[in-house]
Amino acid sequence: MSVTILSPDDILTPDQLADGKTGEMGFVTTTLAKGVNWARANSVWPALFGLACCAIEMMHSQMARNDMSRFGMELMRASPRQSDLIIVAGRLSRKMAPVIRRIYDQMPEPKWVISMGDCASCGGIFNNYALVQGVDEVIPVDVYVAGCPPRPEALMYGIMKLHEKIQAEGMDSWRDRKGGLGIQVGS
Amino acid sequence: MTKQTDVVAAPAPADVVAAVHKQLGERVTVDDGGALVVGPSNLIDVVRALRDDHGLDYLANLTAVDWLDRFEVVYHLCSSAGGAPIVLKTTTDRANPRVPSLFGIYPGADFQEREVYDMFGIRFAGHPNLKRILMWEGFAGWPLRKDWREAYFEQEHKPLTSRWPDGQFFFGEDKLTDWGSNTKLPPAYTGAEIGRPKPQEGQYVVDIDALRRGTSFGSDRLVVNMGPQHPSTHGVFQMRLVLDGETVVDLEPVMGYMHRNHEKIGERNLWLGNMPFTDRLDYIAQLGSEWGYALCVERMMGLEVPERAEYIRVIMAELNRIQSHFWSIGFLLNDLGAFFTPSLYAIEEREIVLDLFEMATGSRLMCNYMRFGGVAYDLPDAFMPLVNVLVNERMERAIDEIDAYLTNNEIVMERMKGVGVLTPELAIAYSTSGPVLRGSGVAYDVRRADPYGIYDRFDWNVVTANEGDVYARYAVRIGEMRESLKILRQALPQMPAGEILGGKKAWQVRVPAGEHYARVENPRGELGYYCVSDGKANPYRYHVRSPCFVNLTSLAEMCKGYKVADVVAILGSIDIVLGEVDR
Ligand code: SF4
Repeated sequence: MSVTILSPDDILTPDQLADGKTGEMGFVTTTLAKGVNWARANSVWPALFGLACCAIEMMHSQMARNDMSRFGMELMRASPRQSDLIIVAGRLSRKMAPVIRRIYDQMPEPKWVISMGDCASCGGIFNNYALVQGVDEVIPVDVYVAGCPPRPEALMYGIMKLHEKIQAEGMDSWRDRKGGLGIQVGS
Repeated sequence: MTKQTDVVAAPAPADVVAAVHKQLGERVTVDDGGALVVGPSNLIDVVRALRDDHGLDYLANLTAVDWLDRFEVVYHLCSSAGGAPIVLKTTTDRANPRVPSLFGIYPGADFQEREVYDMFGIRFAGHPNLKRILMWEGFAGWPLRKDWREAYFEQEHKPLTSRWPDGQFFFGEDKLTDWGSNTKLPPAYTGAEIGRPKPQEGQYVVDIDALRRGTSFGSDRLVVNMGPQHPSTHGVFQMRLVLDGETVVDLEPVMGYMHRNHEKIGERNLWLGNMPFTDRLDYIAQLGSEWGYALCVERMMGLEVPERAEYIRVIMAELNRIQSHFWSIGFLLNDLGAFFTPSLYAIEEREIVLDLFEMATGSRLMCNYMRFGGVAYDLPDAFMPLVNVLVNERMERAIDEIDAYLTNNEIVMERMKGVGVLTPELAIAYSTSGPVLRGSGVAYDVRRADPYGIYDRFDWNVVTANEGDVYARYAVRIGEMRESLKILRQALPQMPAGEILGGKKAWQVRVPAGEHYARVENPRGELGYYCVSDGKANPYRYHVRSPCFVNLTSLAEMCKGYKVADVVAILGSIDIVLGEVDR
């Protein structure tokens, strides 16, 4: 019996899986973090949260032509408690800002944020008193997608970038990110 | 069940003004622009006479203008039988602005008066629930007053210089422990001095305690907040429901979660600079929004639009209407619980329409295509073959498909028939428009009632349905898609070659001093633009009469007595787009 020992830097690739099928059974070793991140990155469930015009393009990325489900995102969860990712699609007004902060806080860790569109990223064309000039004033953002609105393809690219980012993270690096606290129940 | 009606012509506004002047004599005067001017003390009497004796039963628009020495409240009244609107104005002083409320005569004035109060601080005496609608309670100042300065960074002209001259700033709410565990607080700071916001007096329309006392079983009335983040609200919109068990006793829409003061931005921009902003009002029917604004400014400038551009506009607007109705039907079904499958089918054709838009305008959603006097670019060669296939083959099939699966579907009928009924009288009184009004049996379509563009050249009908329920609105939408197809089939072969932009090409247009209210029939109803020019580079006043916003006035009336699940369906049938509601 031949034994293949992979370097811990490798994750299972389709080729290796195919080797397994041919009878050349081997060991695969990897780090727990890689395995966990691989799983996390491929089943990111976004919160169903659209703010403005960008949300229309976000829905188009869900629809038949672009089909976001290809990336493990078939479910938009209406409850923040069940989602890992919030795609802030559109302009954020000051009246809405406390609400979005609360939604973000209700999401369980680990969680990620994509800021979709110019409005969400920097205020876009609406430079005035009623709007927050970029959601990153209220919640931390992982990926910014530029465009007014970004095409579904652009959002998709942003999501792939997020996958890369998730896969490069440590298994519990989100704990460091939040000062070691994570979610405090009952705070 | 839908029927097709022709609208009878109504008398010209000038005749009505003359007749009113004759009847009311002293109490009204007529100004240079042909508007009736009345003092606040006579307003109620005059408006009642206009409604009862002159057939002006429909309050199209209500807004105000700040002239720095006085406020002018402007009403556009018209008849539900059609005809151009009559302008009625009243003035009030700036120190203590007070005007009687028209709520008792036109309930449709409700939200519009609240908006004027919110933006200008004009108090409407007799309004039952006068409080801020777009900004939050406790917001300082009246944003649309000309002397109000934005809190952080307003400057008179674009482009603006540094946004944060003093460097970074922070939000008070970020310091609150209530707002999350992810904030680092300074040592010894507890946040107690800010605290959790307390519910204020008078936040509800209904006195909850009084309701509790009134129930026979002694069961508690419950106030439920739906939204602002709720999958059925089509965006960030909140409804406060007062429930008795599962029955809705009262409902109050709460909006403004996407308010960015479109109008203030519009008054700071150059005239042409507003065009891309109008796309972002109703972002599902973007080209219709552009058309309304272009129409208003063209009429003020007296511009002619070349033949070809008129045809292009009709084609674009009707394509827009079809895809918008597809969208709204898909998502109405979503609200009824058919999660995403109907929308997936409904949106198939929409993708192709968006491709066409992209081909012609360069952008899928935010087209920025219309110009004063025409359109920005001519249609590319590849446009015609594709649009012909779409209009002559695909669309018809797609509508038939939706029709076949949904219209006689038992579950759909069960959920939609007899739900959210609005009688024709109430529909007119609440100033609703679009499929909501026509679903109540009133054959009022701006394309017929107050024609613009070249709609008079085509053979098409105004679609109505009599029941006034959710199903009727759905049926009107299906019928309207077919009528739009009919218009497209006539317009496409007739389209002439030639110019697409009349007048001189200019970045900066000169709009002569004056004012105008122009309206178009957008998929959601009567979309109006009221612009006032003082001859300078920016609009002096720029107001958008949003059909969704005004249609929402009737939401409470439609929902009372139905169940919570019906509220979702009723809201879906009004088909709001929050970008336009909140502006
Ligand atoms: S970035 Fe553009 S498309 Fe997106 S929300 Fe803002 S204005 Fe709308």
